Order: sequence, then C-alpha cells, then structure tokens
Amino acid sequence: MAEIKFEEALKKLEKIVEELEQGDLSLDEALKKYQDGIELSRLCSARLENAKKKIDVLAKNKKGDFELKPLEEETDTQR
Amino acid sequence: MDGDRHIFSVTEITQGIKFILGQQFSSVWVEGEISNFRPSSSGHWYFSLKDDASVLSGVIFSRTGKEVPFKLEDGLKVICFGSIDVYAPRGSYQLIIERIEPKGIGSLQLALEQLKVKLEKEGLFAREHKKPIPYLPAKIGVVTSATGAAIKDILKVLDRRFKDVHIVIAPVKVQGDGAKEEIAAAIRDFNAYNEACEARDRVEVLIVGRGGGSIEDLWAFNEEVVARAIFASKIPVISAVGHERDVTISDLVADLRAATPSVAAEIVIPLREDLREQLEGLYLRMRNSFTGILTEAAQSREEALRRIKMGMEHIWQLNRQGLEGLAAKLLRVNPSLVIPEYINKIRECARQISVRVEHIIALKESRFGGVIEKMASLNPLNILSRGYSVTFLLPEEKIVKNAEDAKAGSVIRTKLSNGGLISTITEVLPDGGNKV
Repeated sequence: MAEIKFEEALKKLEKIVEELEQGDLSLDEALKKYQDGIELSRLCSARLENAKKKIDVLAKNKKGDFELKPLEEETDTQR
Repeated sequence: MDGDRHIFSVTEITQGIKFILGQQFSSVWVEGEISNFRPSSSGHWYFSLKDDASVLSGVIFSRTGKEVPFKLEDGLKVICFGSIDVYAPRGSYQLIIERIEPKGIGSLQLALEQLKVKLEKEGLFAREHKKPIPYLPAKIGVVTSATGAAIKDILKVLDRRFKDVHIVIAPVKVQGDGAKEEIAAAIRDFNAYNEACEARDRVEVLIVGRGGGSIEDLWAFNEEVVARAIFASKIPVISAVGHERDVTISDLVADLRAATPSVAAEIVIPLREDLREQLEGLYLRMRNSFTGILTEAAQSREEALRRIKMGMEHIWQLNRQGLEGLAAKLLRVNPSLVIPEYINKIRECARQISVRVEHIIALKESRFGGVIEKMASLNPLNILSRGYSVTFLLPEEKIVKNAEDAKAGSVIRTKLSNGGLISTITEVLPDGGNKV
C-alpha cells in the first residue's frame, strides 16, 4: 500500500465508493470495502499535504540506457 | 551575292545569341506562375514560368533547390531571380534561377502552409489520432530548454499545486541550428525510456514547448521532423509553444494544445484544493453509502425476522391438517407401538411352544412310567418277594448260579425277600438231581 501512486489510490477509492453506492454488496463485503476506503482516503490526504516535488533530467548513460538524474539546481532542496 | 552574304554556322549564331542574352539578362527578376514542374532524378528542378501570353523555361539546380524552404508546385505564383542562359545543344534558352520566393507571402509562411496541407492529408492532425491526456499523471516529461522560461514556469506551477508529481526534463535547444532534431530526438527518447521501464515508472504525458518568442524563434515547432516525432509518440503530447497568435504545426499534431508552458502544467497538475475537495467528496459519499448499507442491513434483519415469523405461521396454518394427518400416520408407524405387539406375539409363540413341550414331556413321562413298572417287575427283590432267593458264596459274595460253584463245607449267604440266612453246605447235588 505504501508504494501506491496517488492517482491509483484515488481511482481505487472511486471504485470503492461506486461499489458501495450500488449497494449490492453483502454486509461483510461492504465493511471490508469501507475499511479499505478509509485507508485509501487517509493515504491520499497524507500524500496531498506532504508530497515533495521531484525533478529529474532524462539522460543516457555510457551503456546507452536511459536513466533519470536529479536536476542540478534542485538537488539541494531535494536532500 | 554570295560575297555580300555573311553566313553563320549554327554554333556561331547560337554563341552570338548566348552572348547577347547573357549580357542583357544576366541578373533579372521574373514573375510568373509555375507550370509543368518536373524534378529530375539528379535533383534539378525543371519547370516553366508562364503568364497569360508567354512561357519561359526555368531550372533550379539541386544546389540552389536545397535552400528553398517551400515546395514548388504547378500554379504557384513566384518571383525568381537569375540569368537567361542558352542551351546550345537544343537551341533553347532558359532562366537559371538563383533565388525563388512565393509572390505575396513569405517563403517560411508558404512552407508552413504547404506542410500543413501535406500533414493534414496524411491525417496527422486527425481527431481520431488524439490520445487522451491522463488525469493526475505521476510522471511528466518535459521537452524544452533547461535554461528557458518554459521550465521555470512549469516548476512555478508545481509549487502552487499538487506536488506529488515527478517531472523529468529532456533539455534541448529550442531554436537555432539543430533545435528541430534535438526536440524530435527527445520525444523519441522519452518513448524509448518508457519501452525500457516498468509500466508504473513510465512517463505518462509529455509537455513539448518553449516560452514566447518571435515566429522565427518558434520555427522548430513548425518543422516536419518535430511534427512526425509528436505524431509517432505513444506518450500523449501537450504542445506548449508560448505564442498565442500563431498556431504551430506542433500544436496541430499534438494531442492537446496549451497556449503556454504554464497552462500545460496547469492542465496536468491539478490544484491541491481541487483534489482535497474531490477526496472529501469521495469520503462523504463512501460514509453515506456505508451508513445506508448498515441501516438497510439492520432493517432487513428485522424485516427478515418478521417475515420468518409470519411465514412460519402461514405455513403452519396451511399445513396444519396435513401435518395432523402426517402426525397420525407417524403415530401409526411408530415402532414403539409395534414392538409390544410383536413381544406379545413372541410370548404367545413361547407359550404355545411350552404347552407343546409339556405335552410331549407328559407323553414321554407316561411312556417312561410303563418302563419303570416293567423295570420294577424285573427288580430281583420283587422276584424274592415271590419266594425266590439269591445265594452268595462267602467270603467272596459271589452269586452262586451253578451248584458246582460251591462245595460241601462252603459257607453261603442266602438273601431272602426280607432278611437272609448264613448256612454251611452239607452236600452238593449235581444237575438233574431229584432232590432239588
């Protein structure tokens, strides 16, 4: 759950809300969904308030593979 | 007559014409409409310039042609600069063109218009090729100058907005020599990067652009190579060329056009406040629907209980008679009622058996009684009672059956019906003796 993207979490949450609203879940299922939903909305809201921007440069290494390098002027603020 | 005549050879007169025309028309501007345009395999362009009444042959050698930004085609009105030359082997003259430009419009502009028409025909601007711009992309690729205004604007937007995004910059030249190639290559690089990495690490959208400038400064974004790279990109592309008045070819090919890099960033990076509201909305909807489900579940439980009760009664009513019938039947087949009956039967059987046995025993006993009487009649004691006696030789107590068993002088005991006699034999009488 920690590695989930904000967008994925939001989508999952939307799906849960829709499923709950359709109302053809058993009580057990609904409870499970609700718990997951609470967890997701907590996660989203934490991500929303505490996220740090991340800026990289697309570069090619010696082998010719692409890699992402931190942008020079941003490295100090990134820590 | 012949002495007065000056006779030119064909070559001489051709040389003369060539000389005169060359002198007279060595640097001329000619306006006309292109017709019969024929590019040769060697790269030279042959065509005619015409107006209402006349036609002039023209040629642009490949060396000059490479500098011409727009495409020559029949019907195009042009102004040419060059010199008239005579082609001796054919005896024809033609305009050798050094410069050519479209009439009434700049070359670049014409080139742009021509490229637009060409790409339009190929379907590069078609709506069906437009890819949707992802909502909330986690990774955003930016193709622009590392030092230009565009990237600064984008990062500023990021500061104001939702920060949980990953910006990846491919720094390129955005104007001057090599700009178009670098821009096109960067777009391809992002696509190659995506091919090589896992789905969740992919760049989800590209912003391709630069800050504002003159139309010449923006020209790289009008180039075919850039247009084709944008069209070929599997990653959705937002064009962001900071020039609102002119629409570049990149704008037309891109999946979405943003007027400036800031606008592009605002399109893909939502406001935190909006997301917060969206989250809250979802949370409320979730809570409400869950509460609804809970209430409904509680109600339906009671309802179910009520129904069960009602249903049971109904069933009871309906089936009461049937039930009673069944109960009676059940009672009838109840084994606890059947068993005593069998026990009785068994007892009866036993009784009958015992009666028979007693009878048989009685029968047997009566028969046995006869035997006993018979046996009793055979009892030697009974014989004694009829006056017989038994003689035992003493001391052996051996029954004396023959006279020879005893001798005179032997002691004998005679058993009578009651009591006995001890005697001494005085004489033994052999068998057939009359005295016995």
